[in-house]
Amino acid sequence: MTRATPTPIPEAQVDLSVTLGSVTFANPITTASGCFASGAEIDRFFDIGDLGAVVVKSVTPEPREGLPTPRMTETPSGMLNAIGLQNPGIDAWLARDLPFLRDRGARVILSIAGKSVEEFALLASKVSQTRGIDAVEVNLSCPNVAHRGLVFACSTGPSADVIRAVRNHLPRMPIMAKLTPDVTDITAIGRAVIEAGATGISAINTTLGMAIDADTGRPKIANTFGGLSGPAIRPMAVRAVHQLHTTLGPEVPIIGMGGVRTVEDTVEMIRAGASMVAIGTATFADPFASHRLIGGLRRWMADRGHASLQDLRGRVTPW
Amino acid sequence: MRSVCEIISRRRSGAYWSLTFSAPEIAQRALPGQFVEIAVGAPGTLLRRPFSIARVTSQGPTGGTVEVVFDAHGPGTEWLTTVPEHGTVDVVGPLGSSFPTPNRPMTCLLIGGGYGVAPMFFLCDVLTKAGMRVDMIVGAADADRIHDAITAKRSASTVTFTTEDGSMGETGRVTDVMRDVLDRTKAGVVYACGPNPMLAAVSAIAAERDLPCQVAVEEHMACGVGVCWTCVMPIRAKDGTVRMKRSCIDGPVFTGRRIAWDQTRWGASA
Repeated sequence: MTRATPTPIPEAQVDLSVTLGSVTFANPITTASGCFASGAEIDRFFDIGDLGAVVVKSVTPEPREGLPTPRMTETPSGMLNAIGLQNPGIDAWLARDLPFLRDRGARVILSIAGKSVEEFALLASKVSQTRGIDAVEVNLSCPNVAHRGLVFACSTGPSADVIRAVRNHLPRMPIMAKLTPDVTDITAIGRAVIEAGATGISAINTTLGMAIDADTGRPKIANTFGGLSGPAIRPMAVRAVHQLHTTLGPEVPIIGMGGVRTVEDTVEMIRAGASMVAIGTATFADPFASHRLIGGLRRWMADRGHASLQDLRGRVTPW
Repeated sequence: MRSVCEIISRRRSGAYWSLTFSAPEIAQRALPGQFVEIAVGAPGTLLRRPFSIARVTSQGPTGGTVEVVFDAHGPGTEWLTTVPEHGTVDVVGPLGSSFPTPNRPMTCLLIGGGYGVAPMFFLCDVLTKAGMRVDMIVGAADADRIHDAITAKRSASTVTFTTEDGSMGETGRVTDVMRDVLDRTKAGVVYACGPNPMLAAVSAIAAERDLPCQVAVEEHMACGVGVCWTCVMPIRAKDGTVRMKRSCIDGPVFTGRRIAWDQTRWGASA
């Protein structure tokens, strides 16, 4: 089989803009929550305003100090982490981190995390009284106190309850539901949150893993279990995004993430169905990782004559 | 802050390895206690490895150079021992906090455990140039793990070596001789780098003498630049509250008595 030789176009003709609901972002490259801290740390390396958006580390109603150490261990082509949502709390975030991000020209997607529907509602209500937040990502991979600690994103009912509560306070803002891959059928959860009022889906969160030191017999991280991230989980992420995209349809935006490092990884995620692509663990290995992909993606598309992301999104050629 | 650096020398130092690379900007900006993150190419590895800066030179035929000393104990550090001289490494740095210098001349006690002695040489140079007297205690499990004893002897006014097996210097640990050395030298400040249990014990002895003590800690670190929140240490604020602070950006140098060692896995060995 031969492939038509693509006709390159000038980079300036490439339109990288994307929309989540009613909000447009200049390019599809964003950051995975928890992998970019507050934004200020990486702003020392490049202008974070260049990113399509910054998804910040999840905030909770109260400040949290997180879990004991060791909190991470490297695993084959990936890493396990259990941080325990250490964050300054919504009030400190709104007072200190949000103004910094706006000053730097960053578009802001706030990740919110709660342990009950009421906590998510409280967070959403505070967001509704604030200007300068472009979208909200709802971290549904939190233990639900009312459900014996089972994470919200593992069941349709509690996930939908959270999204309804958040939507109630934020009638117009894009709401992205962040899903865990640790379920039998991620599309069932996806359908439930979209029906409950979510604008789109962020997928995937880390998948639960464990590593044990052969000599001491101790788990390699203090929490015993941790979230596995990095290239090790990329095929899972591509699969989940593709399933969600084909099930929910092209009008539902998806922020795709999971082990993306290179331009080709980014294109793969967009072909699977992602509207935006979030860079997570790659930033740990290289603080410039997300920034490099903006120009890299533009060049890749120009070289192949793609003027718009619509040429690529969801485009999977069947065998 | 990120550079691809030519390796000038790679050599064994007893049980450890010493790697020196050309990095004029890092050499110019680095302060003792700071570290660099080096990308490793071992199959299946992903993350950079953090290394305390052991020494910098500002001039010479290669511009400025930076030296790190490490133990090849995993696939990443083992890979680093295979990069040939004149090959390159990808380095981010200098990162983190540094050891503060006293604002008046005094005697400084520098304590290094294992390859943790390496940044003490850098600190020793800076303190000596600032008019301080420097005494050192250098400890390790055995003589093979005493890194560069010659430089230690040449740099400090006095050096006390300790090994746990007695193969060099006094038999025991650095903390077994620390009180005697403090009595003898009348040191007014203590600096330490080495395994965390050693730092906890050193901090406790400094606290019992009411001496200022600065330690450079080591905690599992994914990013080194403040974004992953894995490398935290419990740090007690002046009001007594304990907050988890990042070793990479708030540290690695902390005031010893501010670390809530009893809330770490190294326990109250202090």
